[in-house]
Amino acid sequence: MTENNELIRLSAAALAEKLAAREITAVEVTQAYLDRIAAVDGKVHAFLHVNADEALAVAAEVDAIRAAGGAAAEELHVLAGVPIAVKDLIVTIGQPTTAGSKILEGWHSPYDATVVERLRAAKMPILGKTNLDEFAMGSSTEHSAYGPTHNPWDLERIPGGSGGGSAAAVAAFEAPLALGTDTGGSIRQPGAVTGTVGVKPTYGGVSRYGAIAMASSLDQIGPVSRTVLDSALLHQVIGGHDPRDSTSLPDPLEDLVAAARTGNVKGMKIGIIKELHGEGYQAGVENRFNESLELLKGAGAEIVEVSCPNFKYALGAYYLIMPSEASSNLAKFDGVRYGLRVLPKDGPMTIERVMGATRAAGFGDEVKRRIILGTYALSAGYYDAYYGSAQKVRTLIQRDFDAAFEKADVLISPTAPTTAFKLGEKLNDPLAMYLNDVATIPANMAGVPGLSLPGGLADEDGLPVGIQLLAPARQDARLYRVGAVLESLLEAQWGGPLLDKAPSLTDSAVSSHGGSH
Amino acid sequence: MAAINRDDVAHLAQLAHIEMSAEELDRMAGELAVIVDSVKSVSEAAGDDVPATSHPIPLTNVFREDVVGHTFTAEQSLSGAPDAYEGRFKVPAILDEV
Repeated sequence: MTENNELIRLSAAALAEKLAAREITAVEVTQAYLDRIAAVDGKVHAFLHVNADEALAVAAEVDAIRAAGGAAAEELHVLAGVPIAVKDLIVTIGQPTTAGSKILEGWHSPYDATVVERLRAAKMPILGKTNLDEFAMGSSTEHSAYGPTHNPWDLERIPGGSGGGSAAAVAAFEAPLALGTDTGGSIRQPGAVTGTVGVKPTYGGVSRYGAIAMASSLDQIGPVSRTVLDSALLHQVIGGHDPRDSTSLPDPLEDLVAAARTGNVKGMKIGIIKELHGEGYQAGVENRFNESLELLKGAGAEIVEVSCPNFKYALGAYYLIMPSEASSNLAKFDGVRYGLRVLPKDGPMTIERVMGATRAAGFGDEVKRRIILGTYALSAGYYDAYYGSAQKVRTLIQRDFDAAFEKADVLISPTAPTTAFKLGEKLNDPLAMYLNDVATIPANMAGVPGLSLPGGLADEDGLPVGIQLLAPARQDARLYRVGAVLESLLEAQWGGPLLDKAPSLTDSAVSSHGGSH
Repeated sequence: MAAINRDDVAHLAQLAHIEMSAEELDRMAGELAVIVDSVKSVSEAAGDDVPATSHPIPLTNVFREDVVGHTFTAEQSLSGAPDAYEGRFKVPAILDEV
């Protein structure tokens, strides 16, 4: 048990090294994670489905190849045998994909997402599918039709969203790596509130083929992990051109792993975004943010201030563009081709009425809100004022980023304005919930990449704070270069990874960490 | 810009094919009014000279070779359907018979 406990706390990079050196086997690692899931997921609820048999079979295959040696063993991917969890918005053969919605309960995709094909090609055992807000719509996982995920730091608090399941799985040592999707912050904000790392790549940098679309011009798949290097390793597996996604960038993938390994900020200009800190940000978040700036300065970076005046319109524009695209994308759930069909209780049994009854029963409140809002924003007479204006704001935000990147190589801000709030606290106030994404949304609007890494614990509540780095489009490597430096400086201060301070979850006395503050 | 009211929501719900109860319409109208009010500043943010951005990183002429690619079998395509009949999706009546 002790041995397994040590295994699950290793980074993906460390696991990969030990696997290659044949100090451990992939089956041992995968079993250790499955045991951990069995031990703690009843409390955390990060997983909607656990894929034990297939994961162990893939692990055994990797072990057999390594044991046989020769060319096949040499050709194994560096992450072969390192397990991973997949957000349940991404389709997988052999496991259900629900998108966190009742409308897809029990549905099995007849195909794999491109990113899943790439995980399979790398022979990474897939541990299961992680919880999310229904169709990735939310910032807390409370909008999942299958119940919320709990933050491993304090089980009464939200793990962020929409990818709270992936972030919590990694934070609770239920997986070393996970895949997320980020439309307005759904990888980065859960990373921030769970003390983990999450990266939203440049739009088009990772194929979206097989990610159930919410807002096609904003959605992006990306890595979730416990260290910056681990995210780079995973990004390298899933990134690069895919002809099946017409928005996939044809550019060759940069060496992101090298960037993470050779992190250096000497002479780099790092820009504080004036509009993304200060008023509206929790004091403990500001304190940790300022400390990170000092550390980067100490490592030789030059800190400059930049202004992005149009970011104040980003949230509003996002809440027009995203629902508009979502209302169109979700029209395909019609009770005919896949998923739920509900018949109307009485009256004529026409397809229109079946559709109305199916969508009424199958969609949750937040999904309905966004579909109605999107339908409104796209309707005749309002289109120019709403959707059209929001698209213009997108141009203004891109211009703000262009000007900022004239002055700075990388931008920095807190990832989220607050630490994790209590489950239920903002559930009945959609607008308050939307404000969680105020610092993450601009990156999606402009298509630029962003990374969130742990910045420490807030003084007032002892909960994790996230630091966000933003780089120009196609310059994802800069995030890893700076992120790795900041991570090592912070860990030197803490005397180890931040997650060492998280509750064990197996000690029943420690079920509500934050409650004691 | 006009505020959103209960009748609007009822109409939009019909357009979006989501049946809603009276209670749901009331609640949704209240919530959407607040959201719509909070996003209205967007329409004043940009002047006429600002072009719209529909896509963050535009690509042009994304084509593939004109050859048959991967296709699903009828069984695969129907595997998630709520109802199927002789290799086809089965749907309730398209038209309301009177």
